[in-house]
Amino acid sequence: MTAPSTNTAKPATGIPALFKTAFINALVALVLFSLMVGIRTEAGSDGQLTYWTRFGELASLVGIVFGGSIVMELLRQWIGPTGTEKLVPPAIRSGMSFVGRYLAPALLIFTLLVPVIFYNQRYILDLAILVLTYVMLGWGLNVVVGLAGLLDLGYVAFYAVGAYSYALLATNFGWSFWVCLPLAGILAAFWGVLLGFPVLRLRGDYLAIVTLAFGEIIRLVIINWQSLTGGPNGVSGIPRPTFFGIPLDNSDDGLAAKLGIEYSSTHRIIFLFYLILALALLTNWVTIRLRRLPIGRAWEALREDEVACRALGINTTTTKLTAFATGAMFGGFAGAFFATRQGFISPESFTFQESALVLAIVVLGGMGSQLGVALAALAMIGGFELFRGLEGYRMLVFGMAMVLIMIWRPRGLIGHRAPTVYLTKAQAISSDLVKEGHG
Amino acid sequence: MSGDKTGDKILGVDRLTMRFGGIVAVQDLSFAAERTKITALIGPNGAGKTTVFNCITGFYKPTGGTIRLTHDDGRVIALERLNDFRIAKQAKVARTFQNIRLFPGMTALENLMVAQHNALMRASGFTLLGLVGAPVYRDAEKHAIDLATDWLRRVNLLDRADDAAGNLAYGDQRRLEIARAMCTEPALLCLDEPAAGLNARESAALSELLLSIRNDGTSILLIEHDMSVVMEISDHIVVMDHGVKIAQGTPREVRDDPKVIAAYLGTDEEEAAAVMEGGT
Repeated sequence: MTAPSTNTAKPATGIPALFKTAFINALVALVLFSLMVGIRTEAGSDGQLTYWTRFGELASLVGIVFGGSIVMELLRQWIGPTGTEKLVPPAIRSGMSFVGRYLAPALLIFTLLVPVIFYNQRYILDLAILVLTYVMLGWGLNVVVGLAGLLDLGYVAFYAVGAYSYALLATNFGWSFWVCLPLAGILAAFWGVLLGFPVLRLRGDYLAIVTLAFGEIIRLVIINWQSLTGGPNGVSGIPRPTFFGIPLDNSDDGLAAKLGIEYSSTHRIIFLFYLILALALLTNWVTIRLRRLPIGRAWEALREDEVACRALGINTTTTKLTAFATGAMFGGFAGAFFATRQGFISPESFTFQESALVLAIVVLGGMGSQLGVALAALAMIGGFELFRGLEGYRMLVFGMAMVLIMIWRPRGLIGHRAPTVYLTKAQAISSDLVKEGHG
Repeated sequence: MSGDKTGDKILGVDRLTMRFGGIVAVQDLSFAAERTKITALIGPNGAGKTTVFNCITGFYKPTGGTIRLTHDDGRVIALERLNDFRIAKQAKVARTFQNIRLFPGMTALENLMVAQHNALMRASGFTLLGLVGAPVYRDAEKHAIDLATDWLRRVNLLDRADDAAGNLAYGDQRRLEIARAMCTEPALLCLDEPAAGLNARESAALSELLLSIRNDGTSILLIEHDMSVVMEISDHIVVMDHGVKIAQGTPREVRDDPKVIAAYLGTDEEEAAAVMEGGT
C-alpha cells in the first residue's frame, strides 16, 4: 500500500498531489480488500457454500488507508526525505555515540547482576536465559552473515546438530556436559563444512535456498531416523548440567549440601544463566578476536569484493568454509546448552522459524555489529514477551514495530562498522559504504 | 619458446589463444615481458587486452598456448595451469582492475592489511596462534602495518589511512589499489588502465609512482589508453588489435608503425589490409 506513495512522493507536493496519492493507495486497498474482507464465505449447514458481503468493514478499511496515506504524506513532507541524517538531529546523534560507548559495559554489568536483582522471579530468569541463548545464536550467525556476507537461512540445522549431539551422547554413553559441549561444537562445525562444500559456488539467493533446504534436511533426518533420534518423540531424560561434576540437586552430594546452604531450585536456573552468559561471552570474545586476525579481515573482504580477494591470493574456498564452520560451532554450543536446559528435545524445536528469527536478530542488530545483535535479541525476544498482553494482536504490533525500525534504521540498530586496525584514530565507517555481501 | 627463455624475461606468453564459444578474443598471441621493465599492452577498445590480463592472472583459463613466469631464483611457473587465487599466492602476480575493486567499507589501512593475508595467516599459525595473542603474530602484524604505512606514504595517502576506501576520491582509490597490489609483494604487477579517469596532474604522479616501483625491482605489465603515460614510462610496447599482435617495440618504434596508426585511426578495411601487407 505504501509502494505507490513512495514512488509518487518525490515530485509531488501540494494538496492535489496529496489527494492523488491517497486516492491511488485507497484504490489499491479497495482492490485488495474487496475479496479478502468485502466478501465472507463459509461452509453452510449442508456443506454448501454460503457467502455474505461486508461492505461496511470494506469501506472503513479503505477510508483508513485513505486517511492514513494523507497523514503519512504530510509527515513525510514535514520531516523531509527519510533518513537518519534528517530524522535524528546531530546533537542527539553525538549523545547516542556517547551512550554507545558506555552502553556495552553497562549492559554487561546489568546482565551479570540479573540473577541478584531478580532472584525470586523465575519468569524473568527464564526469559533472560532465553534472550541470552538467542544472543549467542545471533553472535554465531553474525560470523557467517554479518562478517562473511553469506546469507544462511538454515542456521537452525547447526543448533539441532549441537542439541542432538549432546542429548544422544549424554543419554547413550552417559558422558558429562563438559565433555559433550566441545564435541557438540566440533560436530556442528563438521556439518558446517559439509554444508559449505557443495554451496561454495553459489551466491546470494541460491545460497540462501540451499541453506534453507539443508536446515529442513537435518530436521527431516531427525524425524525419520527413529532408531537413533527417537523421531518425533524426541529425546527425553537429558542429564542436567553439573557444576564440574557436582550435581545441582537436593541430594546429599548436591552443591547446596556441600556448600552447607539450603537447597533451592533457583540455584540451577542461576547456574544455567551464568553458563549461557559465559558461552555467549566466549562467542563474543572469539568473534572480536577473529575480526582482528587475518581470517576475520578476509571474511569481511570477502563480503566486500570476492573477485578482489582472489586477485590478492586469498583462498576464498577455505575462507568461506572457516566462516561456516565457526558460525556452526557456536550454534552447536548453543544447541548443547538448549538440550541440557530443556532436558527434552524434539524436532519441533528446530523449525525454519528459528532460523528466520535468528537471522532477523542479526539483520535488525546491524550486520557485523556485536552490540547491535545483543540489543536486537533483547528487543526481539524480550519485546515479543512484552506484547504478550496484547494476545491476538501481538504479532501485528510486533510486525509493525519491525517495519518502523527498518524504515528508521534500514541497516540495523548499529549501522556502522568499526575498523579492525588503525594508525591514528579509529573512525566508524558509515553503513552506506559497507557491502552486505552477495553470497 | 625455449630459445628466448633468457634470465631477464620474467613473463613469456606463447601462442596464447582464448575463445568464448565461437568468438576468438585472443589468437596466437606471443610476447615477452622483461624483468624490472615496464611492458605496455595497448590497442583499440575490444582488442583483447583485458582478456590477456585475465588469462595471465588466472581469471580465465586460456583455450590454448602457454604463459611462463620465471622468478628471480630461476623457478619457472606455468601460469595457465594455476588458477584463481594461486596465481597471486604462489606465482606472485598481482593485479588491479579496470573498474576499481577496493573493499569500500574497509579503511585504506585495512585494505592493505587484507593484501598481506597469506603472510599474516602463516604468522598467526592459521589463526590459532593469533587467537591466543602469541608474540610471533603480534610482531608479524606490526611488520604488516609498517609495510602498509610505507605504501600509504608512497602513494601519498598516509593522512587518509583510517578513512573508508569508499570515501576516497577516484584518483586516490586508483593509487590505493596499486598500493594494495604491491602489499602482496609481487614479482609481476599487472595494471589494467591505471590512468583511466585521472587528470593530467594525477597521470603525471602515477607515471612517477610506476617508475619508482619499477626501479625498486618489480616488473610491470600495463594496459593503458593514456598515450602520454604509455609513451613516457614504457620500456617495451606490444600493440594488439582484434585479438592478434600487430606490432611491438620501443615507444618510438611503435609510434611510427603504420599498422598501429591504422589500427588506432581506423582506416577502411582495404586500406588497412594494404598497410598490413606493406608493413610485413
